[in-house]
Amino acid sequence: MKHLSIELYKKMFLIRSAELQIQEIYAQDEMKTPMHMSMGEEAIVAGVVGALNAEDQVLGTYRSHALYLAKTGDTERFYAEMFGKVGGCARGKAGSMHLSALGQGLLCCSAIVASGIPVAMGAAFANKYKNNGKRVAVFFGDGAMDEGVFWETINFCGLHKLPILFICEDNGFAVHTRREKRQRFSSDHQLFENFGIKAFEENTTDPEIIYNTTRNALNHLQTTGQPCFLRFHYYRYLEHVGINEDFDAGYRDREEFLAWREKDPLRMQRQKLLGQGVSLALIEALEHEINAKVEAGIRFARQSSFPAECETYQGVFQCA
Amino acid sequence: MRMITYCDAINEALIQEMERDPSVFIYGIGVPDHKKIFGTTKGILEKFGPARCFDTPIAEDSMTGLALGAAINGLRPIHVHIRVDFLLLAMNQIANLISSFSYGCGGAAGAPLVIRAIVGRGWGQGFQHSKSMHGTFAKIPGLKVICPTTPEDAKGLMITAIRDNDPVLVFEHRWLYWQTGEVAKDSFTIPLGRGRVVKEGKDLTIVATSWMNVEALHAARILERHGVDVEIIDPRSIVPLDEEIIVNSVNKTGRCLVADNDWTYCGFSAEVAALVSSRCFGRLHAPVERLGFAQTPCPTVRRLENVFYPNAEKIVRRVEKMTGLAPIDLSGEVFYSHENRFKGPF
Ligand SMILES: Cc1ncc(C[n+]2csc(CCOP(=O)(O)OP(=O)(O)O)c2C)c(N)n1
Repeated sequence: MKHLSIELYKKMFLIRSAELQIQEIYAQDEMKTPMHMSMGEEAIVAGVVGALNAEDQVLGTYRSHALYLAKTGDTERFYAEMFGKVGGCARGKAGSMHLSALGQGLLCCSAIVASGIPVAMGAAFANKYKNNGKRVAVFFGDGAMDEGVFWETINFCGLHKLPILFICEDNGFAVHTRREKRQRFSSDHQLFENFGIKAFEENTTDPEIIYNTTRNALNHLQTTGQPCFLRFHYYRYLEHVGINEDFDAGYRDREEFLAWREKDPLRMQRQKLLGQGVSLALIEALEHEINAKVEAGIRFARQSSFPAECETYQGVFQCA
Repeated sequence: MRMITYCDAINEALIQEMERDPSVFIYGIGVPDHKKIFGTTKGILEKFGPARCFDTPIAEDSMTGLALGAAINGLRPIHVHIRVDFLLLAMNQIANLISSFSYGCGGAAGAPLVIRAIVGRGWGQGFQHSKSMHGTFAKIPGLKVICPTTPEDAKGLMITAIRDNDPVLVFEHRWLYWQTGEVAKDSFTIPLGRGRVVKEGKDLTIVATSWMNVEALHAARILERHGVDVEIIDPRSIVPLDEEIIVNSVNKTGRCLVADNDWTYCGFSAEVAALVSSRCFGRLHAPVERLGFAQTPCPTVRRLENVFYPNAEKIVRRVEKMTGLAPIDLSGEVFYSHENRFKGPF
C-alpha cells in the first residue's frame, strides 16, 4: 500500500515538476509549440496509467504531457520534442500536441477533438484479434463526447466487446464553454449500460481512488468482456492553451479554482505519505531525484540539434 | 478614407448584414466567447442576442447539416470554424449534400449559407492546425470559394457571400487579421469572380492567393530594385475564377508564377498553370512556375516550417530563375516574421 502511494506520488511529481519547468522557461521562446497544460489532472493520469500493465496501450489528445510522462517516465525525448530537436519523440515534427512513444505503448495523440477515440477502438480490435491480452485506454475531455464519432465508437465497442477503457478527463469546459451549454445528457450509468458498457465515475484528486477504480474496471473487462467508461472530474488550473491562469477572462471564477486547489493532488498525496510514516527526508530525496531528471531532460533538449532542412521531406511514406 | 484591420472589416460586414437581414445568423464553436474568434465576432451577441449568435457543441458534421437545413428553409446561416482542419469533419455535408443541393433539385432552390474557416500558421501549429485546402473545396462543383486578402476585400466579399444564394466558403488567413487598409464605412459589395490587380508591372505575373499576396508584394519591391517589374494578380475568389484578369496579365508579361497558400500538387496553382498554358501559350517566354507548401504534412519545428512555407525570398529566387536574373544578395533583407507582432499559441 505504502509502495503504491509512493509510486503514484512519483508519477504525479514528475508531471508537475516537468510542467512547472515549462512555465518557467516558455517565455524564452525556445519551445515554439502551443502548450495545453495538464496541471490539475495529474491524479487521473497517474492513477489510470499506474493500474495498467506496461504492455497496455494508451492514446491521448493535444493535452497529453501528463499521459506521456506517466506512461514513459522519459524527460529527454519529451523536452527535445518541445524544443523541436532531433532528439524528440518525433524529431521535432510533432511538438507538444502530438506526443507519441510507440515502443512504450503511447500510440497516438491527436489534436482534432475525439479523433483518437475510434483509433483506440482499432487498436483494441487488433489486440482482441491477436488475442494478446493487451488493453487500450483512450484519454479525452468531456468535449469529445459532443462529437458523433464518440458515440459511433461506443456503439461498436459495446457490440464487439473490445478490450478498451474510455477515460473521460472531465474538467467541465471545452475551451471556454461549460458542459451544461453543450450536453443535455447526464447519468452515465444508464446511458452506457444501454450500449453494453459499464460506467464508473469519481470526483477526487486522490490517485489511489482513481487507481482502484481503474483496477475495478479492468477486472470487469476481464470477467465480462465489457468495455468500460470512466469519468474522472478535475479542474484545469491554467488557460485552455498556454501557461498562464485566465481567471480574469470572465468565463470562470478563481473561487472555483481555489476550492479545487485546496485538494491539490500533489499536496494531498504528499501529506498522505507523511501520514503513512514515510519520512520527509525520503520524500525530499525522491523529489530531488525527479527534479534532476527534469533538468537533465531540458539539458538534453538544449544540446540536441535541430533537424536538417532536408528532413522536411523525409518520413512522409515508409516505402518511397 | 478610414483605415481599419481585416479583422474589424469582417466584423463590420457581419454586423451590417445582420442589421439589414433578420434571416442572417452566426454560430460555431467559440463564436460568442470572450475571444470572439480573434475579434471577428465581437459585439454581435450583445447586439443581436443568443438566438442569432450562438456557441455549439463540438459537432462539426451535424452543425453543418444545421446550416443546410436552415438555409433551405429560408435562413442565411454563417458557420464559423477557427481552423480549416476542423472543417474537414464536415466534409460529408459539404461535399455530398450542400454542394449538390441546387443541382439535385433541378435548380429549383439554392443553399444560401456561408462557412468561414480560418487558416492557422505559426508557433508550431503543426499538421492538424494549419491547413489551407481552398483548392480541395474548389474542385467540388457547387461550392463557391473565396480567399480575401485585404480589409476592403474582406468586407466587400463577405457581404456578397452572405447575400449570395449559393454556399460560399470563406478562407481567412489569420496573419491577415492585423493588416490594415482603407475600408468604406457604409455597406458595399464586391462581386465574386472578379480578381484584383495588386500591383501593375510588365515583366512577369505573379498570381497569388491569400497571405502569398503579402509575400509577393515584398518580393516585387526587392525585384523592382533589380530591374524586374512584377505584376501581381489576386484572384480573390477561387470559384468563380476571374480567368480574364489572369490571361490578360500573362499575355502582357509573358511569364507567370503562381504563389498559392496551399499544397501545389493537384491544387489551385495547377489549375492556373493549365489555364495559362492553354490560353497564353504563344505569348509565354518561360514555362509557368508554381510555389506552394511542401508536399508533406506541416512540420512543427520552425526550421522545417520555414522550408514548408513559401515566402518572399523563395519568390525572388524563382523569379531569378524564370527571368535569368543574377542572384540578388538578400542578406540585408528582413523577411516578415509573424512573431514581430505576435507570439504564442493562438
Ligand atoms: C474537431 C475539432 N473541433 C474543434 C477543435 C478546437 N478545440 C480544441 S480543444 C477544444 C475543446 C475540447 O474540450 P475537451 O474535449 O473537454 O478537452 P479539454 O481541452 O478540456 O482537455 C476545442 C473545441 C478541435 N481541436 N477539433
